[in-house]
Amino acid sequence: MARVWERAIRKVQLPIAYSEGFSPRAKLSFGLALPTVFESAAEYVDITLEDTVEVDPLPEMLTNVMPEGIDVTGAIALTGKVESLQECVESTTWSLFVNSDPDELQAWAANVLAADELLVTRERKGKSRTDDVRPAILEIEIKPGQPEDVPAATAEVFAHLAAKPRALRPLELLEINPSGSTEEPSRTSVPSHFVLGRRIHQFIAPVGARRDPLAVGAAEASHDLSCAS
Amino acid sequence: MLSRVEKPARYIGCEEGSAAPEYTEGAVSWLLAYPDTYEIGLPNQGLQILNEILNERPDAVSERTYAPWTDLEAEMRAANLPLFSVETHRAAGEFDIIAFNLSSELVYTNLLNCLDLAHVPIRVADRTHEHPLVGAGGHATFNPEPLADFLDWVGIGDGEEIVGDVNEVVHAWKHSGSTDREEVLRQLSQIEGVYVPSLYDATFDGKKLLSIEPRFPEVPEIVEKRTVADLADWPYPKQQLVPLTEVVHDRLSVEVFRGCTRGCRFCQAGMITRPVRERPAEQVRTMIQEGLRRTGYDEVALTSLSTADFSGITEVVKATIEDDSMGCGDVSVSLPSLRVDAFTVGIAAELQRGRRSGLTFAPEAGTWRMRQVINKLITEEDLYASVEGAFSQGWRRVKLYFLTGLPTETDEDTLGIAELAKNCVAIGKKYNSGASVTVSVGGFVPKPFTPFQWFGQNTIEELNRKIYLLRDEVKKTKGVQMKWHDPAATFVEGMSSRGDRRLGAVIEQVWREGGTFQEWSEHFDVGRWNQAMEDHGLSVEWYTYRHREEDEVFPWDHLNAGLHKDFLWQDWRDALDEVGLEDCRWTPCYDCGACTGYGIEHVVASATPPAGGSQGTGQDLAKGHEVSVQLLARPVGAT
Repeated sequence: MARVWERAIRKVQLPIAYSEGFSPRAKLSFGLALPTVFESAAEYVDITLEDTVEVDPLPEMLTNVMPEGIDVTGAIALTGKVESLQECVESTTWSLFVNSDPDELQAWAANVLAADELLVTRERKGKSRTDDVRPAILEIEIKPGQPEDVPAATAEVFAHLAAKPRALRPLELLEINPSGSTEEPSRTSVPSHFVLGRRIHQFIAPVGARRDPLAVGAAEASHDLSCAS
Repeated sequence: MLSRVEKPARYIGCEEGSAAPEYTEGAVSWLLAYPDTYEIGLPNQGLQILNEILNERPDAVSERTYAPWTDLEAEMRAANLPLFSVETHRAAGEFDIIAFNLSSELVYTNLLNCLDLAHVPIRVADRTHEHPLVGAGGHATFNPEPLADFLDWVGIGDGEEIVGDVNEVVHAWKHSGSTDREEVLRQLSQIEGVYVPSLYDATFDGKKLLSIEPRFPEVPEIVEKRTVADLADWPYPKQQLVPLTEVVHDRLSVEVFRGCTRGCRFCQAGMITRPVRERPAEQVRTMIQEGLRRTGYDEVALTSLSTADFSGITEVVKATIEDDSMGCGDVSVSLPSLRVDAFTVGIAAELQRGRRSGLTFAPEAGTWRMRQVINKLITEEDLYASVEGAFSQGWRRVKLYFLTGLPTETDEDTLGIAELAKNCVAIGKKYNSGASVTVSVGGFVPKPFTPFQWFGQNTIEELNRKIYLLRDEVKKTKGVQMKWHDPAATFVEGMSSRGDRRLGAVIEQVWREGGTFQEWSEHFDVGRWNQAMEDHGLSVEWYTYRHREEDEVFPWDHLNAGLHKDFLWQDWRDALDEVGLEDCRWTPCYDCGACTGYGIEHVVASATPPAGGSQGTGQDLAKGHEVSVQLLARPVGAT
């Protein structure tokens, strides 16, 4: 994705800043990584510029030179010290389109939300570690009925997941067994009932305010910026 | 399905520059296939060029496909989903023509696998008029005999004109309503540069090949390669594809010339692509400028077999680097095949201002005697001057490419590689205590249409012995690393490289037993190949390790790359006598046949030999000597 952005930025001749050193890299930093095969309506990137530019025409200019399927929907200018997007995303929301019995899904969601703790065993650097992922699950809502743009699915699982202190991956959520402990699925395996995933929001500070980075950036543009894009 | 496989972006197309073609009534549909992974196949210029040329025709449409990785293949087979094009995801079996790009022998089993995944019978004999016509082109098809049972037609040489001619024949046949497959094959055999294996009978006497002769009077006894006379007529690709995912060469490529006259005797590419045809410098500049602007790339590779030989190289490089019309940062230029001389290092310094991590040279052999045998006439002084130039100008790593298993090679020659590396690293230490030299060694494979086509390849054991001998010697010098190719893979490459059509059964068996992706070490299994040879009563020794006799009939004798067989034989004798041959661009013609046979000439902008070392020219050019030449020069800027 970084290469796609770099090429687009060169095409519209945006005065992007480069890192120093033997292999200068364009100064781009992204929000939380999107899982492979997921769609998204909420991706963010910080672009460090060497010069001020007019921001309003940027979304259209960039969209025109981006590959099909990537639309730039908004841009704001930030000045001063900017905290990295990766660090300041507090939570994310997801639409997970699945093909399974809606009643069973409802029961599963109720059990997950009712649980006091949900233990997931993960392998990290050869060590096995068990975490309680319940605090990371902020909200689950089952929307039964075939979603209009995903004909292969029978229902949508809407989820709001915390990104801190340890993020729960959306596909990991679908594998959770509320009545026992869960082995972490491998990063390439996909739950059998999963059809399509879509990121809806990335929310950043202030905590609990559920505001997206552009809104925060616009509101605080005149103040000290702690975290925005 | 895509969510369950690695790197799904390989299969979705959507590259910038690609467009889903419109299927017009009656147009001939082509599926251009690269039988290896997307990352390797996407940057292939040949496939992109032909795809564009075909799509510009009103009577053709063309799409691309690549070999699906094993994980997707398993999913496709489980779901009975056929091989598909990346642009519109159309089933491969629905195309009129499937044409493969074959750059190496190790992908042959992948070709069969792609056909099988396409639900197309792998053998010509089992196909009907309802199946696509299966073709192939690329350097490996200069000996297509091992694939004779599987390919309906083969394009030999430059493909730009061949595809148009093939399209016309197939278009007419399709509209005639004929269901006679042999009819269209016989028509295809009339096209210059097209070989139709099923129209020829191969006669054997025991192991020995007696002849390969046409079965019909109008089918040519000798198929001549096709050569594009002037690259200026073919400024392709105009819309180089920019992939969404990372590929092996993720940059703009501009081909600056085709052909090479340096005459390195091991190099098939140099022999079969003669004569030299330079692209006009002005066109090169335009292609670079427009390409960078369109793609947003910040790197351009100037490709050819020896780019420092391009007449306008200094001017083109300067113009590219200094041209600020891009207005978006530095553009870097890379020359994929560097000549070993100080001049080249000078250009490299010019164009790699920011990134000086590593520089690669290919001396190919460890001693001057050995380099005379292979006609790579660079002196030790050339190499040391280049390496000194590189280290003194800030490079920290130098990579040196060598071949082992060359004709007449002794252990002294092999160990000479370690000596060169040791001296190079000593030069480096003068400038940088962390200087390092990487020696990369490949086993030599004798190829058709080269002076070494008579040479018996070294066995796996012999190559291993030489490699370990060298490794033990190299270990003694700090700062020298060594890498090498698996001699077992070199053996399989060599067997297919000069094989005849009896090898088809072997390739099929290896494929049936799961032997795909053979150039990937994790999938390569030499045992399968040995077993298949044994099962079909074929001798590994006879196909691979045996020296050929002067009058032996080769499986590619009914094809012609332009080079006279007696010229190649003489060059082979000269090699054994350790006699070098100067570059024919700057010395009188040796009548190898590549120009005279086709009434074409070298197309070069400058009659002055390039500045630099002695490589290939046999002359000391380092001091700026000019050598009198005889050639037809095109005025600079003319198109």
